[in-house]
Amino acid sequence: MKITMAHGSGGKATAELIEDIFEKSFHNPVLAKMEDSAVVPGAEKIAVTTDSFVVTPLFFPGGDIGRLSVCGTVNDLLMSGAKPRYLTCGFILEEGADTEELKKIAASMAETAAEAGISIVAGDTKVVEGKGGVYINTAGVGFVPPDVSLSASSCEEGDVILLSGNLGDHHAAILSERMNIRNTIQSDCAPLNEMVNALLESGVKVKAMRDVTRGGLGTVLNEFAGASACCMELEETAIPVSAQVRGFCEILGLDPLYMGNEGKMTAVVAAGDAQKALACMKESRYGENAAIIGKVVSGEPGTVLLRTPIGGTRIVTVLYGEGLPRIC
Amino acid sequence: MTDIQSYLKAYDGQPLRLMEVCGTHTAQISRCGITGMLSPAIRMISGPGCPVCVTVTAYIDRLVALSMEPENVVATFGDMLRVPGGSQSLNDAKAAGGHVRMVYSPLDTLKLAADDPARTYIFAAVGFETTAPVYAMLLEEAVSNGISNVKILTSLKTMPPVIDWICKNQGGVDGFLAPGHVSVITGSRIFEPLSEKYGIPFAVAGFEGPQILAAIYALVRKSGKAGVMNLYPGAVTEEGNRTAQKMVDKYFTPCDAAWRGMGSIPDSGLLLREDYARFDAGSAGLNDDRGANARCRCAQVLTGAISPNECPLFGSACTPQTPQGACMVSMEGSCYNYFTNMRKR
Ligand code: SF4
Repeated sequence: MKITMAHGSGGKATAELIEDIFEKSFHNPVLAKMEDSAVVPGAEKIAVTTDSFVVTPLFFPGGDIGRLSVCGTVNDLLMSGAKPRYLTCGFILEEGADTEELKKIAASMAETAAEAGISIVAGDTKVVEGKGGVYINTAGVGFVPPDVSLSASSCEEGDVILLSGNLGDHHAAILSERMNIRNTIQSDCAPLNEMVNALLESGVKVKAMRDVTRGGLGTVLNEFAGASACCMELEETAIPVSAQVRGFCEILGLDPLYMGNEGKMTAVVAAGDAQKALACMKESRYGENAAIIGKVVSGEPGTVLLRTPIGGTRIVTVLYGEGLPRIC
Repeated sequence: MTDIQSYLKAYDGQPLRLMEVCGTHTAQISRCGITGMLSPAIRMISGPGCPVCVTVTAYIDRLVALSMEPENVVATFGDMLRVPGGSQSLNDAKAAGGHVRMVYSPLDTLKLAADDPARTYIFAAVGFETTAPVYAMLLEEAVSNGISNVKILTSLKTMPPVIDWICKNQGGVDGFLAPGHVSVITGSRIFEPLSEKYGIPFAVAGFEGPQILAAIYALVRKSGKAGVMNLYPGAVTEEGNRTAQKMVDKYFTPCDAAWRGMGSIPDSGLLLREDYARFDAGSAGLNDDRGANARCRCAQVLTGAISPNECPLFGSACTPQTPQGACMVSMEGSCYNYFTNMRKR
C-alpha cells in the first residue's frame, strides 16, 4: 500500500496507519494507551508528546506555523493534565525557504511559548531539496501533579460533555486561504493553559479532556465513547459554530463536527460539576463561547448520537476520508 | 413535533417507496436523521443523483492514463481521487508518479494552466445539469483569454432520461424528491412529462431538514397521482435559468451516456460540440463499466433496487477506507451515507 493524503487526515486511515506501523514497531505500555501525550514514570509523573507541523500556507489569519507548532504540543500536554515545561523543535527546511519568514516564525514560536509557560530547550535543523517549504516537529515535556489522572476510558453514564468554543475556525481559515476565498474567519490557534489550570484547580471532577484537532469533535468523542464503552448524546443546536464558519461549511459541503481546530478542547466532567466547569471555561482566555453540548447516556456502548434540530437522531462516526468539499 | 412530523410518524396507509434523486438530499436525510422520523410504511431510497457514483470505470481509467503522460496534469475535485477504476484510482496513480492535482473549483484549472504553459491541464468534468454551466464558463474564459493548454474530460449527465430508465426498468417508486439543484437550472417543468407518463408525483425540495420533511409529506399526500410540486419556489422556477441553459447549449450537445451499472442510456449525456473539440481530452465512447470488484452492487443501489446494507460487501470488504465502488467514496454516495451514519433504512 502506498501512503495517500488520507493517512494524514486524523481520521480512520491515520489511526490505522499508527496502529499498523508505528505502534507495532515502537510498542511499549505507555504508547499503547494512545493518549495525547505519554505519561511516563519518573521523579514525578512526566508527560511526553511529539507532533509535526506541515501546514500551508505558513502564515494564515489568526496564526502561523510557528504558533501552531507550539500550541499543538502544549495542548497535547495539557490534555493529559500535565503542566507544560520543555519543548524541543526540529526544523526541516526546503531549499529556497526565506530567512525573513523563518525569523518571523521563530519569533512567533518564542512569543507563544512565553504565553504557554514552556521553555524551548532543544532543536535541530535539516535542509532538503524542494520548493522552499518549512516543516516543524516539536516535542514537549510536562509534569503531571501526583493527584491528577485523566483518561479517555473514565467517562460514565450521567457525565456531561463540554466544548470550549466555536468549532472549525482553524480549518475554515486555512481552507479559505488555500482557496483564495475572502472572509474574516481567523484560526483559533491558541495555548489552553489558563483554561485547563482553571478546570483542574477548581476541584471540578474532570474525567477526560482532549483538544479538538484533526478529525474534529466527531472523532474525539468516538475515541472517548470507545475507550469508556459508553454512549454519548450530543445536542446539535448546542454545539457552537460561528455564522461565518457555518456558511462556509454549507457552501463546501463540510461538516463542522469533523473540522480541525487548534485552540479548542472538549471535556467530560461529573454531572454535578457541569455548571462549575462551564463557568471556569467561559471565564478563561479563549473560552468565552464554551458550552455544554451533551451527556453520557445509557445506550449502545461506543456510539456517539446526535440529536438534530428537527428532532431526528443520527449516529456520528469517526471521520472517514479527508473531509473534502463536495462536488456539486 | 409539528403536524407534518406527527403525520409522517403515524402514517399507516399504503406502503410507499420514495426516491431522493439528488446526492445532496441523500446526505442531508442522513445528516438530519430523517428516516428515523418516518413511519415504517414510508421508505426513502436514494437514486442516481451523485455525479461521482454514476461514473463508469472507463472514465477513471482514461483519467489515470492521461495523468501518466508527462505532458499532462489531471485536475479534479477531491472525491474523484478515490473512486476505483478498473485497476487503479487517481490516488493510486498519483502515488505511482502520475500528475494529479486536487482543485476546489474547476476555474482553478485555468490559473494552473496559465502558470504552466508547457503542460496541458485536464479537468475531470463530472456532474449533472447543475455543474455543466460551470464547465461552459471555464471554456468561455479559456476561449476569451486565449488559454489553449486546458482541456476537459467530460462525463456529464442529465437527469430526466435516467429517471425514465428507473421507472421503466426498475419500477416500484411511488414518488420522487426531485433534485433541487438540477431544478434551479432546468426548471421544475422538466419533470412534468415523466410525472404524467408514469402517474407519479414529483416534489422539488430545498435542502434544509424541514424542507425535506415538507416535500416527503407532499409526496405521501399526493401518492398515486401525477403532478410536479415546487416546494423550493425561492430558488426554482418553472422555466429555470435560461442564461445557464444557453451557455450549456453553446458548448455541449446531447449524447448517449454510460451510467455505472445501468449501461448506456440514450441522450442522457452531454458532449462537447464539434466547434470546441480542441478542448476535449477524449470523452466519447467511454462506456466500459467493468468494476474492480465484480461483486459490487452499485447499480442496484443507485436505482433503488436494494438498500446499501443489502450489498454483500457493505461494511466488510467495502468501507470508506477501502471503497469497492463509487457509492462508498463520495460524501453524497448512498453507501457512504449509510455506512458513516449507520443508517438502517
Ligand atoms: S457497498 Fe460498496 S461494493 Fe456494495 S454497492 Fe456500495 S460501493 Fe458497491
